[in-house]
Amino acid sequence: MAKLDVNLSGLKLDNPIIPASGTFGFGYEFSDYYDINILGSISIKGTTKDPRYGNPLPRIAECSSGMLNSVGLQNPGVEKVVSEELPKLRKCFSKKVLANVSGFSLEDYVYTCEIMDKQDEVGILEVNISCPNVKHGGMSFGTSPESAAEITRAVKSVTKKPVYMKLSPNVTDIASIAKACEEAGADGISMINTLMGMRINLKDRKPILANKAGGFSGSAILPVALAMVYKVYEAVNIPIIGMGGITTAEDVVEMMLAGATAVEVGAANLTEPYACKNIIEELPAVMEKYKIDSLESIIGGAH
Amino acid sequence: MKQSIFEIVSNKLIADNTYEMVLRGDCTDITKPGQFVNIKLDSFFLRRPISVCDCEKDILTLIYKVVGHGTEKMAAMQAKEKLDILTGLGNGYDISKSGDAPLLIGGGAGVPPMYMLAKELIAEGKKPTVILGFNKKSEVFYEEEFSALGIKTIVTTADGSYGVKGFVTDAFKDISYTYFFTCGPEPMLRAVYNTTSTSGQMSFEARMGCGFGACMGCTCETITGNKRICKEGPVLEKEEIKWQN
Repeated sequence: MAKLDVNLSGLKLDNPIIPASGTFGFGYEFSDYYDINILGSISIKGTTKDPRYGNPLPRIAECSSGMLNSVGLQNPGVEKVVSEELPKLRKCFSKKVLANVSGFSLEDYVYTCEIMDKQDEVGILEVNISCPNVKHGGMSFGTSPESAAEITRAVKSVTKKPVYMKLSPNVTDIASIAKACEEAGADGISMINTLMGMRINLKDRKPILANKAGGFSGSAILPVALAMVYKVYEAVNIPIIGMGGITTAEDVVEMMLAGATAVEVGAANLTEPYACKNIIEELPAVMEKYKIDSLESIIGGAH
Repeated sequence: MKQSIFEIVSNKLIADNTYEMVLRGDCTDITKPGQFVNIKLDSFFLRRPISVCDCEKDILTLIYKVVGHGTEKMAAMQAKEKLDILTGLGNGYDISKSGDAPLLIGGGAGVPPMYMLAKELIAEGKKPTVILGFNKKSEVFYEEEFSALGIKTIVTTADGSYGVKGFVTDAFKDISYTYFFTCGPEPMLRAVYNTTSTSGQMSFEARMGCGFGACMGCTCETITGNKRICKEGPVLEKEEIKWQN
């Protein structure tokens, strides 16, 4: 019997498959399509202190084997997430979730994380210091080791739950930022967020996205994510949730061999609503093919 | 929403750059006119959202305009080829508010959903009038199909090469109606919004990520809060629309 379970800082997952924040809403809507309790966990829609509409439309553009988005952290704000969205999710999902938190100042992160830390449904705080689609915040906190460490320390000081820092690939040396987070007390690393990208409409000669540039995701970025996870695995001793272009069960195995303890599936959910379900169902056969008895045993196996 | 495999029955050019694709498959999730489907195409990452023109038992009719590489690929497809399609997407039109004599206004690629809508209104005993707007004669399609439903059908062309010369709004000045339903390019929707004297429902387009509410890629602001064009839309009530700019 193939063993799919993994352990993220004490949170036991039946399998390593987690839908990535921003590609699965608050989860409950997918329960119309399949029983979402088969998932390892869910990283819920990125939440900020105040409600946000996000960026103007168009927010989506297509690329070869991928897409751009410039949604810009649309969410109803932490109070409504806690009072309305989490209760809806609780009705159809019995496991703990990852609360994905973003902010525009250190105080924002602290405020939102403190509230999320008190929610029973939340198993891990995934602190997004890597959103490429907002000015004054988001990614700007994740592009230097000093500011990444500062947010990590501040969040850790007000929370009891494991804190995973979600990092941006749009940096010179992601390993030094991961290391700074670890030294500041982070329990894990979540990586990678989207890459900065742009498409230009040949008809009007203007960027397609109203925000001009956006985050590039989809199967095209898998090799980038693998290389970065591989590098960070060697630099830190805390677990990594690996993501970026994962579409198949083989991709999951590859990401775990690079060093990930669990994975998040993002853009694939948008083109194939059953992507996570399909991956979970395909995993045992892929494990058998590659003679893997336990997924936990292959973490970092490529090193 | 339902995901299923459809087989192409026919795929033919019916006007300038405009194709009618008839498919066979599971249509049980298509419950209202004005809904759309989202089509997976080999070698394209995102699906292509296309409005439903008609749906009878297991036969789905789509009309689409070739506007880019994806629809170009669709246009080259042949009978018997198979497509992975998500059906039953979007809210669709609510026909309960139509009154006895609703006005249906379709512009260009916004014409197709008016067909299933007209059929359902007729089935409810209503007497719809339909206005179909195009730029020029070579773009006109489905005039005969609408006429065959036994309803008053008015065609307008911007250049006057066919039917009434002008825009759709030039065609309903002298018509009395109880309610309106419309779908078309945004400039037309704005003109209809400003010209109509009754309440109505308007269907919007947007670049979408998923098409089923997961990504927030197509959210618009309305008087009644944020709405995803793909989920709480594409049909919005006239009274809730908040125009940008």
